Amino acid sequence: MKKRTARINMVWTVLLSILSLLYIYPIIMILLNSLKENTSITTSGAFQLPTAENFAGLANYVDAIMSKGFLQSLLYSLVITITSVAAILIFCSMCAWFITRVRWKLSKVLYFLFVFSMVVPFQMVMFTLSQTADMLKLNTPWNIWVIYLGFGAGLAVFMFTGFMKSIPLEVEEASMIDGCNPLQTFFLIDFPMLKPTIVSVGILQAMWVWNDYLLPTLVLDIKKYKTIPMLIQYFRGSYGKVEMGPMMACIMLTVIPIVIVYLLGQKHIIKGVAAGAVKG
Amino acid sequence: MERALKRYSPIFILPTFLAFLIGFIIPFAEGLYLSFCKFTTVGNAKWTGIDNYKYVLTDSSFIHSFCFTTAFAVVSIILINVLAFALALLLTRKLKGTNLFRTVFFMPNLIGGIVLGYIWQILINCVLSLVGKPLLALNTTAGYWGMIILMCWQQIGYMMIIYIAGLQNVPDDLIEAARIDGSSTWSTLWRVKIPMVMPSITICVFLTLTNSFKLFDQNLALTAGDPNHLTEMLALNIYNTFYSRAGAQWKGFGQAKAVLFCILVIVLSMIQLRATRSKEVQQ
Repeated sequence: MKKRTARINMVWTVLLSILSLLYIYPIIMILLNSLKENTSITTSGAFQLPTAENFAGLANYVDAIMSKGFLQSLLYSLVITITSVAAILIFCSMCAWFITRVRWKLSKVLYFLFVFSMVVPFQMVMFTLSQTADMLKLNTPWNIWVIYLGFGAGLAVFMFTGFMKSIPLEVEEASMIDGCNPLQTFFLIDFPMLKPTIVSVGILQAMWVWNDYLLPTLVLDIKKYKTIPMLIQYFRGSYGKVEMGPMMACIMLTVIPIVIVYLLGQKHIIKGVAAGAVKG
Repeated sequence: MERALKRYSPIFILPTFLAFLIGFIIPFAEGLYLSFCKFTTVGNAKWTGIDNYKYVLTDSSFIHSFCFTTAFAVVSIILINVLAFALALLLTRKLKGTNLFRTVFFMPNLIGGIVLGYIWQILINCVLSLVGKPLLALNTTAGYWGMIILMCWQQIGYMMIIYIAGLQNVPDDLIEAARIDGSSTWSTLWRVKIPMVMPSITICVFLTLTNSFKLFDQNLALTAGDPNHLTEMLALNIYNTFYSRAGAQWKGFGQAKAVLFCILVIVLSMIQLRATRSKEVQQ
């Protein structure tokens, strides 16, 4: 019986290994193609390995970084992601705490609206939102975080309130009696206890903001500011022949940092996703 | 304590509330109003009653994209959930290399829709040209299945993680008890494991349902609706109505479509939540 189970497990391990290789193949394929010379990348030749004649080394990468504005886009994407996620974590946790601790009618109404906003598709508000953002001058990478805070508040508040309910009131009351004001109580007592939820919310929101395409396209001035997804879409949008080499290099330059961050923090990322789902 | 907190309410609530007002409540309310208007900017709206809705409900491109989206959603929801659950079962069997497999299967999820769309466009076009079939830009069938493959590739890992978390919460003694009572592996799966992970199933079906209906980036990057809007899903159809048509009436049509789309997503997710919630068991 045991022997049989061991053999079955062996078969599964082999099958899963093959499946894993298939799973990462598309990325490997782009990597190999990005090393070919721009002119020798063809539709039907994508599976072929680079040969001695058409091996271009890192030329495509140099082109993408030097003349296609990759570094600028990287900077914008980083600025937007960092400011938005920081704002969401600080303000939404404060708001969630208030909603769980103060039983006003307003708290209930707000909570309902936040949950509601999670289901509403972006197309419903995209036109009016981009006009509002223009009017309020929230259309640069430095202040678009206000919009991300508004649109990301639903999920964040929802997850924070889910955890907040499990923090005992007594701890907070004790700190208030000892002379802390509510702000001090929240940041010195509750905030450290929220750490696991902060990590989960931070990861989920960072994944969303970093990869978001439509919102920045509609809100930012595309001639001045392109985030990374916008840059990649722009490659095809520009008329004439698409420069496949630099485009594939750009794709790799986008994918590689994500993979590195993932491999370094995969424990937290996977835990964060699982925790986010259980609360959701 | 509540009284002290209430004095601080502006500091705690206002930042999120104001941003929420700007980012969601005002655009939502305006959008609802504008769906009954003819307009090109928010400033020049003229009330036209239900004219927009009348047109939209007879717009064949909108109806086609609704059918296309539904056909896509049904197949991808089933495939993603079945495959993700199967992988989760395998990866909770303490096989060798479990961690590595989990890492690999989850990875595509972190890459954004636009990038994923291009990667698969290159791959699928290469396969199509090798077997001598028309490329994605002219091939509706390939576009449909390409999108399903892409969606599976991206979402299976995510749902797998949720199912693994659910399966790990099933108490071992329950499975042990079933085994001692003579239950086969198959009936343990159906009678014990699946009822116990019902909450995870609720979440995963909810996520795949809303993700499939709201799909935009992948659609734009992989097929962009080609050929001739035949692989255009609802979200992309609405986007194109807004931004790639000339004429004063189109923005109103787009907004009316968006309202219908919004109602559709809300109603579907409520039906789904009610249906699967009712099958959850108390632990």
